[in-house]
Amino acid sequence: MKAFTQLKGLVGPMDRANVDTDMIIPKQFLKSIKRSGFGPNLFDELRYMDEGQPGQDCSQRPINPEFALNLPRYSGATILLARKNFGCGSSREHAPWALEDYGFRAIIAPSYADIFYNNCFKNGLLPVVLTEQQLNVLFAEMYADEGYQLTIDLAQQKVVRPNGESFEFDIDQFRKDCLIKGLDEIGLTLHSAQAIKDYEKARAETQPWVFGAIK
Amino acid sequence: MSQRTVYDKLWDSHLVKQNADGSALLYIDRHILHEVTSPQAFEGLRIAGRKPWRLDTNLATPDHNISTDPAERAAGVAGIPDNTSRIQVQTLDDNCDHFGIKEFKMNEMGQGIVHVMGPELGATMPGLTVVCGDSHTATHGALACLAHGIGTSEVEHVLASQCLVTKKMKNMRVTVDGVLGVGVTPKDVVLAIIAKIGTAGGNGHAIEFAGSVFRDMSIEGRMTVCNMAIEAGARVGLVAVDEKTIDYCRGRKFMPAGEMFDKAAEYWRTLTSDSDAFFDTEVQMNGSDIAPQVSWGTSPEMVVPVTGNIPRVEDQTDAVKKKGVERALEYMGLEGGAPISSVAVDRVFIGSCTNSRIEDMRAAAAVVKGHTVSKTIKQALVVPGSQMVKEQAEAEGLDKVFIQAGLDWREPGCSMCLAMNADKLGAGEHCASTSNRNFEGRQGNGGRTHLMSPEMAAAAAITGHIVDVREFTGDQS
Repeated sequence: MKAFTQLKGLVGPMDRANVDTDMIIPKQFLKSIKRSGFGPNLFDELRYMDEGQPGQDCSQRPINPEFALNLPRYSGATILLARKNFGCGSSREHAPWALEDYGFRAIIAPSYADIFYNNCFKNGLLPVVLTEQQLNVLFAEMYADEGYQLTIDLAQQKVVRPNGESFEFDIDQFRKDCLIKGLDEIGLTLHSAQAIKDYEKARAETQPWVFGAIK
Repeated sequence: MSQRTVYDKLWDSHLVKQNADGSALLYIDRHILHEVTSPQAFEGLRIAGRKPWRLDTNLATPDHNISTDPAERAAGVAGIPDNTSRIQVQTLDDNCDHFGIKEFKMNEMGQGIVHVMGPELGATMPGLTVVCGDSHTATHGALACLAHGIGTSEVEHVLASQCLVTKKMKNMRVTVDGVLGVGVTPKDVVLAIIAKIGTAGGNGHAIEFAGSVFRDMSIEGRMTVCNMAIEAGARVGLVAVDEKTIDYCRGRKFMPAGEMFDKAAEYWRTLTSDSDAFFDTEVQMNGSDIAPQVSWGTSPEMVVPVTGNIPRVEDQTDAVKKKGVERALEYMGLEGGAPISSVAVDRVFIGSCTNSRIEDMRAAAAVVKGHTVSKTIKQALVVPGSQMVKEQAEAEGLDKVFIQAGLDWREPGCSMCLAMNADKLGAGEHCASTSNRNFEGRQGNGGRTHLMSPEMAAAAAITGHIVDVREFTGDQS
């Protein structure tokens, strides 16, 4: 996994509440057996005027001029500002894959759906939680200032605004460590292989019906 | 030991290791796989040179993007017309064969929607941890399991280590007391709960559904309720064990038998919340107040009683909410203030992991029996949740009831719930649907979903518009 330490980048908006995973990456693109290539179809139904199909050359499709992220001023954005309950709906990891493939490395929102939030960390994508008031400030500054950039410092747990003032955010220690070090979580868990085996042994003695059932 | 909730008990009994940083290693007893969220996980295993930690915990089946059309299904995997879908289903078969994972293949007895198949085969049982790369995994919580959806990276993690690195959730209890009225179903109860607490109301929580309404409810009904916990933001929804739970488990394929079953049942009976257990959040509702529910908008919290009106933009006080209502009305092509029962539907979908079990089939068949689907309906699909449900329904002659009334009787799969297969809505079409999500585009680009119970969807098929099933007479208007 890509490590995440500090990010300074252009900010783009997704200014609506309850953005669901079907909106982030529509169902027809989930048929891929790959992990990459979802970026051109991020927010597909909002971004283009036609119905997208897997494998299509998206550069030839009619774009929706009303969709904010299509505006040239947000081109190359790496930080997404969003509203509450971002990523609600399905467990599809294709949602963070699409955001990451598009070029986003961080999202800032007042809240996220649990599964989506969890999936972000597995893909080097940092979901920052700030308050609704703080988001209102950032949205207003971004709309007022073309080329608006933020700096996210994960070690310091701070979002630094262009005027030098910053907002602090909370994050789990384990998730922070994994992101900063770009750790392989599976490798880490397998360091506890003996503890897992001991657990299984003890459990098989008290609840033998749990094991060996499916064959 | 202090007083504990069911969730606390399930958590404690699966804890392999508690880490100092607040994370924990949790043991996973059952892992259900399907074609959409597993290929990248298997690929990850291969690249890292890893093998599944153990095989007897995994169970796989294709469901999301397979065809439900009997002719197409008869042609097998090679006959799946969509190239990318065929490759995905074939990839699941190949991966399961390669790693030795038990799979019920597309046309095999046992196949079905993951959350219908697991419980009916007895693969999920009380007291287990159950995960699947699908957000509706909470369904299995109806059997007092700790069950939740995971992403593909975690699918790989569970395959490789039989564990998840996770953090304990908060406890929420939703108590619904009283008695449900005639024509009010588990689907209406869960839609009413979501309407009350909102789509983010359960974020960070495991919800226990308690009270007389759930005690009186069948296990399949409890599955419908737990299934939609995620639509209230909660990854986990569950119901404590009672004698109905034990009776449901008895005799199923992967369940223990004889003395072993009795020993297991003795443990299962301990899976109730202690009387003074602490819940971080409590919600109380009266079941007698719940009418049949219908969604009018593009989020599962946008729900009104069938006797109610579609909300008006000008009545909204909160700015963000106002914007949401305005956008939803526009997408749905609806007029605020109009009665919900005035909305005409183009298609009807009875199925999905929420409402495709045998009781759902029986309930829908009882409504349409002796009537004919309205001429204004383009398509009315009935899709059983599994091969076993299909077989049982056909043994009871339900398929004939549906076909005689003019509905299509299909092969088991996720079908029109998520439009990853040929069953989908056209742009602008309204659908009376027993599925779980009414997001924009969910059932097809531009499609307009109205979530409701199987009884209500069946009645809408006959009348051609949304109708209160309690007043349904079969007359077309």
